[in-house]
Amino acid sequence: MDGIEQVRSLTDQKYKYGFVTDIEADVAPKGLNEDIIRLISAKKGEPEWLLEWRLRAYKVWLEQTEPNWGKLHYPPIDYQDAYYYSAPKRKDGPKSLADIDPKLLETYEKLGVPLHERAALAGVAVDAVFDSVSVATTYKGKLEELGIIFTSFSEAVKTHPELIRKYLGSVVPYSDNYFATLNSAVFTDGSFVYVPPGVRCPMELSTYFRMNAEKTGQFERTLIVADKGAYVSYLEGCTAPMRDENQLHAAVVELVALDEAEIKYSTVQNWYPGDEQGRGGIYNFVTKRGACRGRASRISWTQVETGSAITWKYPSCILQGDDSVGEFYSVAITNNFQQADTGTKMIHIGRNTRSNIISKGVSAGHADNTYRGLVKVLPKAQGARNRTQCDSLLIGNTCGAHTVPYIESRNSSARIEHEATTSKISEEQLFYARQRGLSEEEAVTLIVNGFCRDVLQHLPMEFAVEAQKLVALSLEGSVG
Amino acid sequence: MLEIRNLHACVDGREILKGIDLTIPAGEVHAVMGPNGSGKSTLSYVLAGRDGYKVTEGSVLYRGQDLLAMKTEERACLGLFLAFQNPVEIPGVTGVNFLKTAVNAVRRSRGQSELDAMQFLKLARRKAKELGVGEEMLRRAVNTGFSGGEKKRYEALQMALLEPKFMILDETDSGLDIDALRVVAEAVDSFRSPERAMLVITHYQRILDYIVPDKVHVLAGGRIVQTGGKELAVELESTGYAQFTEQAA
Repeated sequence: MDGIEQVRSLTDQKYKYGFVTDIEADVAPKGLNEDIIRLISAKKGEPEWLLEWRLRAYKVWLEQTEPNWGKLHYPPIDYQDAYYYSAPKRKDGPKSLADIDPKLLETYEKLGVPLHERAALAGVAVDAVFDSVSVATTYKGKLEELGIIFTSFSEAVKTHPELIRKYLGSVVPYSDNYFATLNSAVFTDGSFVYVPPGVRCPMELSTYFRMNAEKTGQFERTLIVADKGAYVSYLEGCTAPMRDENQLHAAVVELVALDEAEIKYSTVQNWYPGDEQGRGGIYNFVTKRGACRGRASRISWTQVETGSAITWKYPSCILQGDDSVGEFYSVAITNNFQQADTGTKMIHIGRNTRSNIISKGVSAGHADNTYRGLVKVLPKAQGARNRTQCDSLLIGNTCGAHTVPYIESRNSSARIEHEATTSKISEEQLFYARQRGLSEEEAVTLIVNGFCRDVLQHLPMEFAVEAQKLVALSLEGSVG
Repeated sequence: MLEIRNLHACVDGREILKGIDLTIPAGEVHAVMGPNGSGKSTLSYVLAGRDGYKVTEGSVLYRGQDLLAMKTEERACLGLFLAFQNPVEIPGVTGVNFLKTAVNAVRRSRGQSELDAMQFLKLARRKAKELGVGEEMLRRAVNTGFSGGEKKRYEALQMALLEPKFMILDETDSGLDIDALRVVAEAVDSFRSPERAMLVITHYQRILDYIVPDKVHVLAGGRIVQTGGKELAVELESTGYAQFTEQAA
């Protein structure tokens, strides 16, 4: 297929992941209370300490209030009018891919994430999470040979309780914030990664999150630990069916990098964004935080946010180890009535810690796009350095872009730079490109991809092309 | 090649073109000269199909087809090329990427196979060399931070890559010093061929020393008020446009 047809076929499909898988589910009763939490914990066969942890979180959550400082507008969420557990029915846990319901395999096939290893993306190991549970993890054996643990969270609780107990909540405490606390009480599954000292993970690790059941929230938890001198690159992808009502997604991701370890965490977020009138779509309230705990450790967040009706997320780095480095590269695209309030926090604690932030916001239609970022330098962070670049691109006259940087420095040797620009795709640029034979869509895609280039180049190769197509897709109908 | 009949056009509700008749056969170069505000740029934008330039009356036949019924990009793919007076900057989009997309769009419409990245680079390097355009310009963002001369040379490079049939040069001489003017004008002149035609829009006669026109038209007050041979351009240089502006008023 030639280029333009590819773009056309992509744009004609609009949100092509909007289908529903018809599969029998094991659903917990609607609503949220202690019994539901006990039920989730029992379903997962969790140890007592984890149930206690969940219940402590729940008690704190009852006392907390929903944050309202984001530049976001949405009707109040009724937390009792939702299901907190939904899992595709199965007899026992699947032992191998052959035991998985073919409907599930087909679903992931349709999403472009085949789970059969012979068909799977070369060099990418996938953990597939469907509603509340992980249904399969590929290439597990190969990774085990290197001592790398890549498994669903529920399974890790059973097989590696000592690691879970040591690191769970060590970066994002159970009482951290309203949505993270809610997650701590009701989280259902997610991925766990541990890379042992000195091991460089030879393939991309990836989790594919799929929300399927109606009126069901997804609350997954990801924990990645890179031991001394380890390296891992991890990618997260997500989609959901098209529905008229809003669904809640409140995830927590914790990263821990010890001495000289490096974690690269990439997200291509493509939750259902709602329709042209702003009906439906996912509410995405996510807490992602990485601790550069060791000396000269490095954590890098790269995100391409194109989906969700509401995005509220601030992947952050706590730069504790001396000489540690935190990076945040973000593209957030909002079209129609989408709202995004996203950015990062870089907390400089150790000496000579460095952080780099590049944020690219693209707004079209009636969308609102806010960058909110904090750079904080604590007294001991001698020689800390930060560079922030925030660029906004507007398409049309009815969208908005906002930049809200917070800078707090308590060390006089710190160097903090902040640069921000706002630009618009002009009629003149479109005319020029069309005069050279480009269609309007091709021109917009080219200009937006050019604008996002500094960020997209940080994505793993396998996904950079996908991301570029996604950029084109999410701006469908934004011009003309 | 191009037949304009009684063309009227408005911008922001104001009539700028008030009945233009102009026929340019294949193989010929026509110059349109005229004072500021006479409608020269409007004519080029109407022919290229820019939004906001509304045709209220008249017709334009281009290679036997109704030009005004076509989209901007369709006109471009049919070989209509406008060399801009002030080419716009497109930050972040590299020349290679932009030009490859454009060349492949045009090739597709002609039923030719698309060029892959390597094939395109080879072609672009050869054309750039022929026109004396530095190769590093291909790697830079389109028109971004280019000097006036660089922008015009870049327009000529695009012309060479897209191989148009009908070229409109909108005051290509503006903002160029004598040496740069010669380089660009000679490059454009080298595209002359029996299958091609050209419309050169200019204030001054000097570009016509390099691109010698077959016919010269004077545009004033939205109409063509006089037509002559290349000597008319020389004459205008000494007499000026005052006689026509009075006439038009």
